[in-house]
Amino acid sequence: MNTKTSNRINELFESNGREVLSVYYTAGFPELNDTLRIAQYLEEAGADIIEIGMPFSDPVADGPTIQESNKKALDNGMSVRLLFDQLAELREKISIPVILMGYINPVLQFGINKFCSECERCGVDGLIIPDLPMAEYLALYKNIFAEHGLKNVFLITPQTSESRIRLIDEHTDGFIYMVSSASVTGAKDLFGEQQRKYFERIQSMQLKNPLLIGFGISNHETFKVASSYSNGAIIGSAFIKLLQTATDLKAQIKQFVKDIKA
Amino acid sequence: MSDILKNTIEKKRYAVDEQGYYGQFGGAYIPEMLYPNVEELRENYLQIIETDEFQNEFRKLLKDYVGRPTPLFHAQRLSEKYNTKIYLKREDLCHTGAHKVNNTIGQIILAKKLGKNKIIAETGAGQHGVATATVCALMGLECIVYMGKVDMARQKPNVERMRILGAEVVPATCGSQTLKDATNEAMRHWINNPLDTHYIIGSVVGPHPYPDMVTRFQSVISEEIRLQLEQEEGRQLPDHVIACVGGGSNAAGAFYHFLDDEAVNLIAVEAAGKGVDSGESAATTALGKAGVLHGSKTLLMQTEDGQVIEPYSISAGLDYPGIGPMHAHLFETGRVKFENASDEEAMQAGVELSRLEGIIPAIESAHALAALDKVKFAPNDVVVVNLSGRGDKDLDTYIKWGKY
Ligand SMILES: Cc1ncc(COP(=O)(O)O)c(C=O)c1O
Repeated sequence: MNTKTSNRINELFESNGREVLSVYYTAGFPELNDTLRIAQYLEEAGADIIEIGMPFSDPVADGPTIQESNKKALDNGMSVRLLFDQLAELREKISIPVILMGYINPVLQFGINKFCSECERCGVDGLIIPDLPMAEYLALYKNIFAEHGLKNVFLITPQTSESRIRLIDEHTDGFIYMVSSASVTGAKDLFGEQQRKYFERIQSMQLKNPLLIGFGISNHETFKVASSYSNGAIIGSAFIKLLQTATDLKAQIKQFVKDIKA
Repeated sequence: MSDILKNTIEKKRYAVDEQGYYGQFGGAYIPEMLYPNVEELRENYLQIIETDEFQNEFRKLLKDYVGRPTPLFHAQRLSEKYNTKIYLKREDLCHTGAHKVNNTIGQIILAKKLGKNKIIAETGAGQHGVATATVCALMGLECIVYMGKVDMARQKPNVERMRILGAEVVPATCGSQTLKDATNEAMRHWINNPLDTHYIIGSVVGPHPYPDMVTRFQSVISEEIRLQLEQEEGRQLPDHVIACVGGGSNAAGAFYHFLDDEAVNLIAVEAAGKGVDSGESAATTALGKAGVLHGSKTLLMQTEDGQVIEPYSISAGLDYPGIGPMHAHLFETGRVKFENASDEEAMQAGVELSRLEGIIPAIESAHALAALDKVKFAPNDVVVVNLSGRGDKDLDTYIKWGKY
């Protein structure tokens, strides 16, 4: 099997494993052709990883903010095909890791082999497909992803059993996405005692993969706390909220990342 | 457990496999946040529902509370009209007015055994919501029902019934504001409340084990049909069984114990809305292709880009862009023949039954009746139509339609 073992995600965590900031936004939002430009502004502003969401009509794991950005993007005319067109020059403009995140159905309809080839052609490093079950991944997708140098990122939650976390750790080599609480996506202001206990529990498992904490990271404080238990954090809804109202994308994104990282 | 139930559960030709698949359809395509909830169910459901304790409680409630067995009624004037022998399986006479309660009784007992004290559900026509609110009242459990805002408007009496029963009805305001969106909201609620809450899905859809579990609870319908036909006709097998399909639970129940009897012609009827090619339809097998929604791989109405298409039907209970994975498999293998009926055909069939037999059917069930006009029957054939629900909830729609 022709697998590439190391890519930009691995290199990032090898060179700088601390306070990694990954930012999520939805492709084709707020305007259809903003996708690549937002990625550029994020890199310039100092984000470490970019997660581009592929919009879906029925995003069951998402809260109201990301539901709305999905809907707006689809209304704008966004599609998987168009996304790959928009990302054709990705690697001429962007050097940090880029991950595509989305639900399985649009990927299946595009065709899994074609999808992975397009990812490789555009220089995508990883995938987060929340409703792709582990068993299907291992049986049908793992080899294809690997052939195209794509890291599959799994989610874990406070309810994920230790044995399952170990299994996930064994079958991934990018990073693990640690969902901060039992919830859909959405920005929150701070972490409770229970969440901190859960962060400590996972931290003490000494997993081989880096951990990024996501869901509910909204500001400098939550980013710092999350980073103290992990390799960094993922911001989604709070960034989408900024995009909803931004009048000067470049300047406001710069300020946003600066405020988070401070 | 009756012998029939035991025997046919052992037969496996169309049953779910160990991984939760029916042929290529099914599975559990769920985000990790739902994995522990669904896994807990998967690990326990068969063990629990196969115990005598469960079966005794389930059977007793079906008898004393739901009013089962429901009659198998020889509809003579309807038979004359179609020149064949038609029986109606009277699920409309179930407590709460539809077959939905067979499933909610089963799931609420299961939820209690799993130690859950809160119940959530989605509903389209409101029949499943009412059936869920009813069993929650019966068992003293908290109940939240998600319902599309559009459906709340067209099924108002059911919204108030749920509220009288003590349930909270939460409007789903995204998308088409119908059943699909209510299901999304219920799933999100479950993600946010993973420990103390059981999600009572109302049809044979969702991640494994739901399609199999709901089918088993509804299979009491075909179990009774066999026994009743034996009494009436001296044979357990009819020539045809007809049922409407939204997600497919009443059809799954009506077909289940006949699946391995290939001589029985099984006919599923989908909602064509304003016509299969009108762009306003819910005829999934005619318009859909394989895809993933609400946790399973199944036939799905979707765009080329894999976005789910907003369905349309005059009947809220059939207004869903998918069908259960078992039905997708039964369609693909040809074991079940799929027909569809338009709004207009269904409404006419509903009035026809009212005039000929004195039974006002639910508009969902009227779709099954509309197929009587589409299938060729011999005069000696025995045809069973599953009359999944009564029309009380649909009076507004009948009145608006007005042609009676
Ligand atoms: C009377 C009646 N029949 C049929 C249905 C459709 O559901 P299913 O296809 O799961 O039987 C409903 C759903 O609300 C209903 O109320």
